[in-house]
Amino acid sequence: MIELENIHRTFQVGEQSVHALNNINLTINKGEYVSIMGPSGSGKSTLLNVIALLDQPSSGIYSLNNQIVTQLDDNQLAQVRRENIGFVFQFFHLIARYSAAENIEIPMILAGVPIQERKQRVADALLAVDLQQRATHRPDQLSGGQIQRVAIARAMIMQPQILLADEPTGNLDSKSGEGIIELLENLNQKQTTLVMITHDEALGSRAQRIIRLIDGKIV
Amino acid sequence: MMIQDTLSYSYMAIKTQPIRVMLIILAMSIGIASVTILTALGESARLYIVNEFQSLGTNLIIVLPGRTETTGGQPPLFGATPRDLTLADAEALYRSHHIAAIAPVSVGAAPISTKGLEREVTILGSTSALRRVRHLSLSKGHFLPESDANKALSICVIGQTIKDELFAQQQAVGKWLRINDRRFRVIGVLESEGQSIGVDFDDMVIVPVASAQALFNTQSLFRILVETKSKQGMYKAVDDISEIIKQRHEGEDDVTLVTQDSVVNTFDEILAAVTLTVASIASISLAVAGILVMNVMWVSVAQRTAEIGLLKALGATKGQILCLFLTEAAMLSFAGALTGVLLGKITLMALQISYPDFPFYLPVWAIFSALAVSLVTALIFGVLPAKQAAGMNPVTALNKR
Ligand SMILES: Nc1ncnc2c1ncn2[C@@H]1O[C@H](COP(=O)(O)OP(=O)(O)OP(=O)(O)O)[C@@H](O)[C@H]1O
Ligand SMILES: [Mg+2]
Repeated sequence: MIELENIHRTFQVGEQSVHALNNINLTINKGEYVSIMGPSGSGKSTLLNVIALLDQPSSGIYSLNNQIVTQLDDNQLAQVRRENIGFVFQFFHLIARYSAAENIEIPMILAGVPIQERKQRVADALLAVDLQQRATHRPDQLSGGQIQRVAIARAMIMQPQILLADEPTGNLDSKSGEGIIELLENLNQKQTTLVMITHDEALGSRAQRIIRLIDGKIV
Repeated sequence: MMIQDTLSYSYMAIKTQPIRVMLIILAMSIGIASVTILTALGESARLYIVNEFQSLGTNLIIVLPGRTETTGGQPPLFGATPRDLTLADAEALYRSHHIAAIAPVSVGAAPISTKGLEREVTILGSTSALRRVRHLSLSKGHFLPESDANKALSICVIGQTIKDELFAQQQAVGKWLRINDRRFRVIGVLESEGQSIGVDFDDMVIVPVASAQALFNTQSLFRILVETKSKQGMYKAVDDISEIIKQRHEGEDDVTLVTQDSVVNTFDEILAAVTLTVASIASISLAVAGILVMNVMWVSVAQRTAEIGLLKALGATKGQILCLFLTEAAMLSFAGALTGVLLGKITLMALQISYPDFPFYLPVWAIFSALAVSLVTALIFGVLPAKQAAGMNPVTALNKR
């Protein structure tokens, strides 16, 4: 479902150009569990951002579900992103003034889902991440592990086929990190394609496939 | 994205910045309040004056002796003192079919006295028609009777102020009053008119026109007030009057005709222009408020950069982000504008209490245009920050903390 062909991504920093992705060819099938590993600065985040359609490759072809998505305009990109991709960040990125439930609701608001349906789906999502008691709590009233669970619920609320996670446990202690990984793997069991960046060898090796990046190249 | 969600998002965002919001609301409300108050003052003044003129009487034509227009050519050698208007001129005007009533007016000042109390007042000589033409009402007694205008009857109608000063609590009707050296019997007391433009009937004694002419030893009239039968007949009446006077004055059209319409219209236009000018000047403060809105929106966008990145990552389009930030700017301005209108209303109410005689009036269009102006200001000044937010790269935005 995810097909990357000769993907390059270069950043221009002053005079210098940084080749963050160097000729990436990669296919990820539906329901796969892939981890991306590599040293810092090797281009892991850049690759995930390209897959998430948050970043555009400098050259190469990316097709998602057999649709070439490298040439889409802003509105189409937003729609594809909204319907197909859930993203979990290292730094959570919850909106501080919103409660857990409201944070989870945001993608549905952007998609224009009617309010009745939203409430029901948020309740289900909270149940799925075992936070039904925390619906009205704001992020500063939640632990790191709980915050990341809210973020996962938010990423999954539009029922995307692909879940991308950039070091989802990078800011968590090992115990809550373990809980998050289990949650993600559970989602993978239910046919969600899971692509996760991690620095942790033990975590990375739990995936069906490990992609190793060095200097923007798959090795 | 649904409208109520957009509104609720913007509202939540605004709520986290109470101090900044207060500032904007303050600036915007001062602007809006000054615009509404000044507009209201201008409008009220306009309506007040127009009303006053209309209460002078409807379908009114004032005939003044002399011509105000310059005719050009050589100035006459011995000066062009116009012929006087006389009672006979006034009566002749009845030949026009468009005229309903004619009140000749003769004016002068004379001392009046009763039982040792004496003061100088304006004496106005006229006929019974004056009551109709000037819409006068009486609190006591009768007005001048309908009789031959040339008859110098020794009767008078007095204003409320004069009644209070000369007769205090006593009954005035039936008493005698001395004007110059003649005695007049009071037959009526006018109802107080309150605030009035032009002639103050409260401080005046009205006598038959022939009596006034005798008192002041003159044949000429101060002016003639003419009421036409209808508004449409006004212009025909004006032509008739010119024609009649011309015939009587050996072909000289030596009177000036002022229609109430023309006076009202002139004032109406002048005051409308003044209102507009004053309101435009006040709206400079709105522009200042607009710049403040822009400033606050820049800060808002800068502070919420990561959030904008997140919204994009969650599937928000450029248009949605633009809309969210514009809504925020509009809400801020609108809150300011509402406060401003309220402030303006309160100020006007306070003014009304201080000056109960002057009718303060805030036109509905002024309220709506104030709100509209504030919204437009918000959109104009909010669009740059909002565009910046919408154009952000999601990855860069997300990484900014
Ligand atoms: N916006 C940018 N502008 C310039 N250079 C960039 C930008 N984003 C990434 N890079 C560069 O691209 C390279 C790859 O960055 P990337 O963030 O993908 O690394 P990473 O593998 O995720 O590293 P880490 O493990 O530290 O997160 C780095 O050299 C980085 O400096
Ligand atoms: Mg990274």
